[in-house]
Amino acid sequence: MSNGTEMSTGIDPHTMSIIVTKGSLDWAYPPFILATTAAAMGLEVTMFFTFYGLTLLKKDLKLQVSSLGNPGMKMPMMGMHMGMPNIVSAIPGVDAAASVMMKNLIKKKGVASIDELRELAVEADVRMIACQMTLDLFEYSMDDMIEGPEIGGAATYIEVATQSHINLFI
Amino acid sequence: MADQLLDTKGLNCPLPILKAKKALKTVPNGGTLEILSTDAGSVADFAAFCRTTGNELLEQGEEGGVYRFVLRKPA
Repeated sequence: MSNGTEMSTGIDPHTMSIIVTKGSLDWAYPPFILATTAAAMGLEVTMFFTFYGLTLLKKDLKLQVSSLGNPGMKMPMMGMHMGMPNIVSAIPGVDAAASVMMKNLIKKKGVASIDELRELAVEADVRMIACQMTLDLFEYSMDDMIEGPEIGGAATYIEVATQSHINLFI
Repeated sequence: MADQLLDTKGLNCPLPILKAKKALKTVPNGGTLEILSTDAGSVADFAAFCRTTGNELLEQGEEGGVYRFVLRKPA
């Protein structure tokens, strides 16, 4: 199913790369949903995990979400959508509680957990690359990460991007 | 009667598509897969999925909030 892309650029239109830069629960969803769905639709997908995105490769995922500085975050509560004043997020334990509430809402609505989506991505042969520089910078070890991801740097990603029709920065 | 039935009621995007993809692996070539879903977004999604993967969307309907799709795998 070509759309002229292959003719003009020599790039297979069914290829996608995603740079994953965020590590919070809410930001974990777009890259994994896009990667798994694209893979299910026959695209060849590569995910490059850098900076806070690297934490999405940890064996033990303890993702959190914060309403701090996030005016768009209004959650269904008591029949309406409510946000939280920034100052409340500063109270210890509030972010953790908000994260639990978010995870419960996710489960209740039949949305997949990040663990599940990540497992589906691995099963679907999504190529995963961990940023070497971030591993050094934040003193992470590949022992803390799931089995499978390769290690690479910016040039590794750029090469993937030059061969990819769709390149996303999340 | 479809060769296989996949019930994704109660599951939200992207699970209906991902589970359909997995189920299609066990459907014989030329065979059919019936999918039930309560995700309203799956209507557009299954049409897009079929266009992109070459599976044929034979039937599509809704009854009482449950969406029903019948896909045929290419022969």
